[in-house]
Amino acid sequence: MLVGTLNNRKEALNTLNIDNIRAEFPILDQDINGKKLVYFDNAATTQKPQVVIDAISNYYTGYNSNIHRGVHHLAEKATSAFELSRKTIKEFINAESTEEIIFTYGTTDGINLVAQTYGRSFLKAGDEIIISTMEHHSNIVPWQMLCEEKGCVLKVIPINDEGDILFDEYKKLLSEKTKIVSVVYASNALGTVNPIAEIIEEAHKVGAVTLVDAAQAMSHIDIDVQALDIDFLCFSAHKLYGPTGMGALYGKKELLNKMPPWRGGGEMIKEVTFEKTTYNELPYKFEAGTPNIADVIGITAAIDYVNKLGKKNIADYENELLEYATERFEAISGLKIIGRAKVKVSVLSFVIDGIHPQDIGVLLDQQGIAIRTGHHCTQPLMQRLDLVGTSRASFAVYNTKGEIDRMVEGIEKAKRFLL
Amino acid sequence: MTIKEIQEEIIEDFELFDDWEGKYEYIIDLGKSLPKMSDEFKTEDNVIKGCQSLVWLNAYTEGDKVYFQADSEAIIVKGLVSMLLKVLSGHKADEILNADLYFIEKVGLAGHLAQTRSNGLASMVKQMKMYALAYTSQELKI
Ligand SMILES: Cc1ncc(COP(=O)(O)O)c(C=O)c1O
Repeated sequence: MLVGTLNNRKEALNTLNIDNIRAEFPILDQDINGKKLVYFDNAATTQKPQVVIDAISNYYTGYNSNIHRGVHHLAEKATSAFELSRKTIKEFINAESTEEIIFTYGTTDGINLVAQTYGRSFLKAGDEIIISTMEHHSNIVPWQMLCEEKGCVLKVIPINDEGDILFDEYKKLLSEKTKIVSVVYASNALGTVNPIAEIIEEAHKVGAVTLVDAAQAMSHIDIDVQALDIDFLCFSAHKLYGPTGMGALYGKKELLNKMPPWRGGGEMIKEVTFEKTTYNELPYKFEAGTPNIADVIGITAAIDYVNKLGKKNIADYENELLEYATERFEAISGLKIIGRAKVKVSVLSFVIDGIHPQDIGVLLDQQGIAIRTGHHCTQPLMQRLDLVGTSRASFAVYNTKGEIDRMVEGIEKAKRFLL
Repeated sequence: MTIKEIQEEIIEDFELFDDWEGKYEYIIDLGKSLPKMSDEFKTEDNVIKGCQSLVWLNAYTEGDKVYFQADSEAIIVKGLVSMLLKVLSGHKADEILNADLYFIEKVGLAGHLAQTRSNGLASMVKQMKMYALAYTSQELKI
């Protein structure tokens, strides 16, 4: 258990009181189109508890100041709150040191950083990068850009119709040419939880470096980067009850040290003359310019919040919701659940015979129910499954079975309209 | 009827509904009754950018009038598109170019339409006006 060394950490509750939890999310208490809001778009972004909102607003009202360089009281206070977030993340994922935690704009930014620094420096023509069929565009495009520039080759792990990767096929793709294996931990479109430990183990056997896209996994699955021997891991705070446009990249220190800086500017330097610049130490080498201080501080509040509830309690409850919803959805005629992987996070994608996913989304919205429709930024996956898109309900800790019942009624109503 | 008169008629139709259900039933019916577009026009060139679902738009002229055909995979979008056709198709190019489309706002759909869809509609209107513009400049050349 990683909880305990920092202030304000309480013992994890054994059973969650969902009514109390809901009351901590002010946004949930509103009507949309005359109906009480049901928010089932949590894979896109989660809502924020009051403690996170307060942490951000307290910074601006109480101690807004630039960090690291100031000698005055406010600058010191802001700097320690900022650096506390690094420590909080370090403990949350069990990194070895805070130097291994680089603040980024989010998952996408982290993957680009690795592609543009590690990739550009250490990969050459003919080297291979492996991703999977179910990647988010964020974990496809940066590698395609790198391949284009360096003449590397992108290989894709196939999946079966249920949405599980074909592990034997993955092993066949691996060779001494494989330099990077970059795979999503939990799929935003199907819910699939990939066997990340085994994927990493196999990649390491051929000497490849691994990147884990933990955007969806972070709020549902306990992640220990040392136990999993992850080389790079990226996540976004906003899918973890934290602020948007903010996240972190974890990288093993030895790798980060070898990598050149990416963006140039203030903070990332040690000394600048017009002739030559020497770069700062980790993690500052990768953090040019004044960062988004308020939102970095918000991450501590978000992670503390998750720790207070207990990730396992959250996951257990969300699984209960997923099972309940799966059962209820299976009883809807013409509805087909897309994504039947053995292990899933609380993402439920579906299609209905004869109905375009967007039409379902629009009619649910009329009933106050927010879901996502479309390709979920996984167009190659949709092509593989031969779908134009899906409708997707994704659950968070504040959702309830009653809300799932409302969605089922909503879908039945939409079907009456559309068929 | 002028573009303005058609818009007024649609606004009147919508005044009959006091809840979203009636409005959407009407839109879905419009969508269902829009004639299917023949596949030869469902080309890459005719796809409207900015729509979440695929929307195709084709234009042709007869005499001094511009006509539109359109289709979509999603039925609600198709219904909305069908309203746009009803308003803009069969008018002179300069009338289309100068048309002020206020009916979407007036029938209370703007608020009901999520951003992506209203962007889609906006792209659609823009494309229709582009066609009209192309035809006016052709006329000028003649
Ligand atoms: C699996 C996955 N990867 C990457 C991302 C991109 O995250 P961000 O937009 O915060 O960079 C997402 C967000 O939807 C995601 O679900």
